Amino acid sequence: MSSSKIETTDGAVAEYVTAVIGGQLFGLPISRVQDVFMPERLTRVPLSSVEIAGVLNLRGRIVTVIDMRARLGLARADDGKPPMAVGVDLRGESYGLLIDQIGEVLRLPEESREENPVNLDPRMAKLAGGVHRLDGQLMVILDVDRVLELAADKMAA
Amino acid sequence: MDDLLREFLTETSESLDTVDNQLVRFEQEPNNAKILDNIFRLVHTIKGTCGFLGLPRLEALAHAAETLMGKFRDGMPVTGEAVTLILTTIDRIKDLLAQLEANESEPEGEDRDLISELEAMVERGMAAMAAGEAAPPLVPAAPAAPPAAPAVTQGSLIDQTLERPLRPGEVSLDELERAFRETAIETPPAHEKAPEPKAAAPAPKAEPAKVEAKAEPKAEAPKKAARAKANADGEVHENDKVANQSIRVNVDTLEHLMTMVSELVLTRNQLLEIARRNEDTEFKVPLQRLSNVTAELQEGVMKTRMQPIGNAWQKLPRIVRDLATELGKQIELEMHGADTELDRQVLDLIKDPLTHMVRNSADHGLETMAERAASGKAEQGTIRLSAYHEGGHIIICIADNGRGLNTERIKTKAVANGLVTEAELEKMTEAQIHKFIFEPGFSTAAAVTSVSGRGVGMDVVRTNIDQIGGTIDIKSVAGEGTSVTIKIPLTLAIVSALIVEAGGDRFAIPQLSVVELVRARANSEHRIERIKDTAVLRLRNKLLPLMHLKKLLKIDDGSSSDPENGFIVVTQVGNQTFGIVVDCVFHTEEIVVKPMSTKLRHIDMFSGNTILGDGAVIMIIDPNGIAKALGAAGSASQAVADEHAAHHAIGGEQLTSLLVFRAGTAQPKAVPLALVTRLEEIAADKIEISNGRYMVQYRDQLMPLVQMEGVSVQTSGSQPILVFADETRAMGLVVDEIIDIVEERLHIQVSGAKDGILGSAVIKGQATEVIDVGHFLPMAFADWFIRKEMATEAQTQSVLLVDDSPFFRNMLAPVLKSAGYKVRTAASAIEGLATLRSGHTFDIVVTDIEMPEMNGFEFAEAIRADQNLHQLPVIAVSSLVSPAAIERGRQAGLYDYIAKFDRPGLIAALKEQIEERARADAAKRAA
Repeated sequence: MSSSKIETTDGAVAEYVTAVIGGQLFGLPISRVQDVFMPERLTRVPLSSVEIAGVLNLRGRIVTVIDMRARLGLARADDGKPPMAVGVDLRGESYGLLIDQIGEVLRLPEESREENPVNLDPRMAKLAGGVHRLDGQLMVILDVDRVLELAADKMAA
Repeated sequence: MDDLLREFLTETSESLDTVDNQLVRFEQEPNNAKILDNIFRLVHTIKGTCGFLGLPRLEALAHAAETLMGKFRDGMPVTGEAVTLILTTIDRIKDLLAQLEANESEPEGEDRDLISELEAMVERGMAAMAAGEAAPPLVPAAPAAPPAAPAVTQGSLIDQTLERPLRPGEVSLDELERAFRETAIETPPAHEKAPEPKAAAPAPKAEPAKVEAKAEPKAEAPKKAARAKANADGEVHENDKVANQSIRVNVDTLEHLMTMVSELVLTRNQLLEIARRNEDTEFKVPLQRLSNVTAELQEGVMKTRMQPIGNAWQKLPRIVRDLATELGKQIELEMHGADTELDRQVLDLIKDPLTHMVRNSADHGLETMAERAASGKAEQGTIRLSAYHEGGHIIICIADNGRGLNTERIKTKAVANGLVTEAELEKMTEAQIHKFIFEPGFSTAAAVTSVSGRGVGMDVVRTNIDQIGGTIDIKSVAGEGTSVTIKIPLTLAIVSALIVEAGGDRFAIPQLSVVELVRARANSEHRIERIKDTAVLRLRNKLLPLMHLKKLLKIDDGSSSDPENGFIVVTQVGNQTFGIVVDCVFHTEEIVVKPMSTKLRHIDMFSGNTILGDGAVIMIIDPNGIAKALGAAGSASQAVADEHAAHHAIGGEQLTSLLVFRAGTAQPKAVPLALVTRLEEIAADKIEISNGRYMVQYRDQLMPLVQMEGVSVQTSGSQPILVFADETRAMGLVVDEIIDIVEERLHIQVSGAKDGILGSAVIKGQATEVIDVGHFLPMAFADWFIRKEMATEAQTQSVLLVDDSPFFRNMLAPVLKSAGYKVRTAASAIEGLATLRSGHTFDIVVTDIEMPEMNGFEFAEAIRADQNLHQLPVIAVSSLVSPAAIERGRQAGLYDYIAKFDRPGLIAALKEQIEERARADAAKRAA
């Protein structure tokens, strides 16, 4: 699904920006990542769903910030550390995905990508476009389009 | 697509729109040579350009049409048939252009049919002219005149031009000729026949034409024509100048410019914010300058986006003309304020709704000629379009003098569509029922015509208007017509907004919908009161429904929420007024509206967001969304908002706010809210017994409490009471429970047999007893109505009380009686006049204003006009007290104008009038 969105260099290698959310390592296709920023002066949006952390002004653009922990069904962060945000664009609109910690950029061979394990948490599985096995840990590939598929009626509730 | 071709298409379609309009005008004023000249020139230009671009089909068609029009210029009589033919031709040209636009090449095919018809028309016209010598010969007045070409000769000249298209740079023969004629002849015969343009404009009324378009933008047409008359050389120069003064700019370029300016405004705001924090910086002065320049720039760029609304109206005369022909009606289209300007973006969005509504008016608003004649109206129906600016909004009104909306049919349809139940309908005013036509799939046209009645329409209109933050309202009077009023903001990009705080967050409320700000405090005049769970504010004797912004947005942090304090932003949406309670009000700021993220657009409390000067993003509150939430929250809130509209509702539809409560019986009781001064809950232990009566200390006074039959005073907890007060005293009516405030048409059906009950009325589907306050007041103070200033001679004075509402008759009559007057009542102005003329003598007349058939003003005028009665003082009591109404009353000869529930005011006015009269009589006797 997301493989089509990934820019491959030698045809077999994909680059990922890695991020930790709730202790789990995730990878975002580098082609989708605009920037990484510290979310400041976040304005909450009343009546919106819990997954929307709020909106903020990033160099004159209004960015809708998505709380990835809520999106993945994880508990709120309680370590008191300021979160980071990964900026992505979708159809001309800017979004920021709240993550706990940003990691390095990884170049991974395309063929080592594996399908989602069948027993992956369904909320995570919905947003995952496969996994990569790294040394000692798994990296879940985040499908940015699916992350941004927020059902309007669900939010209205 | 070829740039040249694109340019041509844009230009041509604009020209064609103009031609359409001019032709319709031409049909009514066939002798107006100036209009004809304009049309001719436009078609000619189209023809010329077609030849240049190699579009033979279009060119041939335009040419044939031009030839026919050339004949008209030469004096051939203009027939309706001919105009229709030319319109058909123009439709065909449009059709070809559309295909040209789609395929970038002229479609295959032939237009021989139309061309031969056009040619035949020319032939016939020529024959008629030759026979009747209808063509007046040119007057060889000026010596420089070329040999006056007789019409026939000229005809053959034009035939020559038929043979081949003009080449670039070539001037057509008739253009040359016209140049000659215009130069040489000061007064061509056509001018003699045609009235001057100024005279022509008002003239159309007399014309037997079917459609009449009084388009103001067309005022420029005569101007152009006048220029044409001047001098052909001069004209060319002038045209050049005009062409050089304006350039075509791509809309995208303008849009981009606008976005950039918006960004600039934001940055400016940010800088200003920084400057505000740092006093005495050297930046201050240049920043101020930057700020001013930015404001000017913003204004300038906004101006480039402004277009006269007439652009959206251009097609309407033609549409109306065609509809009139198709439907066999006579329709006059009046257009006022076509030069009113508004934002391009807004204009685009309202174009279609406007067209739709005009079609609606023509199709089912106006009756057929026969129907109109039968109902005693002029055969010609009128559709009136008007536009004007009002406080940052543009108001557009589409009115017709047709049959009005069919309320019954709307009711049936509303029930059939499941929008409302029969029971709910019963309680709705006519105006509320009419609003159903904005519901999706709501078309009441019995027959679906090609024009309208397909069940799409007004809902789409409303959606479009909603989209741009506008409001739409409809008023209709059966048999007299319908008018739709649209109120839309001038521009959507930058608005002035009030920045407020609620629940710790800031929000922007568009200034346009803010009426005023009220600071509410406990124990002040403006106090937040509570009726059950509904918060209200009593503001200038009106109850304003209140909404706490933080509760509405579910961001109530529970802190510092003083229920009786707060800032209230009084907001108006349509005819609904309500208060938004906020924690804090900061300042107003010009904000750049940024659309909400698509993920958040479903929240209808917000219309967008913006970046403030300090860089924070805040939400822009959508007053429409709040109004909607308010409507859902309860009928009580609706009540006040509709009050104003209700006053204007048609005869007997007047709504009264009623306080519904329970006292004694299981059956609810009601009292007009306006009579109640306050609602209180008093702790039971504060209630004392003194002299065998219940009393309570209330605002440093002892206030007697009166129990209704069967009500026992609470011994613990709190006791709800209704407080009635005038300047000096107050009494409390003890009730069991306050239920609600409702807005009802008050029809007292059964007059009360019990003391203290005026009668019963159905309120919210339940039989409710309406109490007679006048009965209870003397129970607290036996002399409540008998004040010491009430001289005893009042006893002999007699009053005629005229009011169509039995409720007010029943309420006011006892008030007057207890004040010592003899009272006689009349249920209508006509009955009142009859009573006055029947020989009864009265000292004074007290009349209601809003009455069916004859209203209070007319009644007063009738009294003034009657030689026996003209000295009789008339006092008006009305719930409609506005400066305009008072002025109107003064003109009608009313002595005084009293608010309906102002009892002491009424008594004082009566006393004053009667004393005055006594003095006057005494003076007369002395003399």
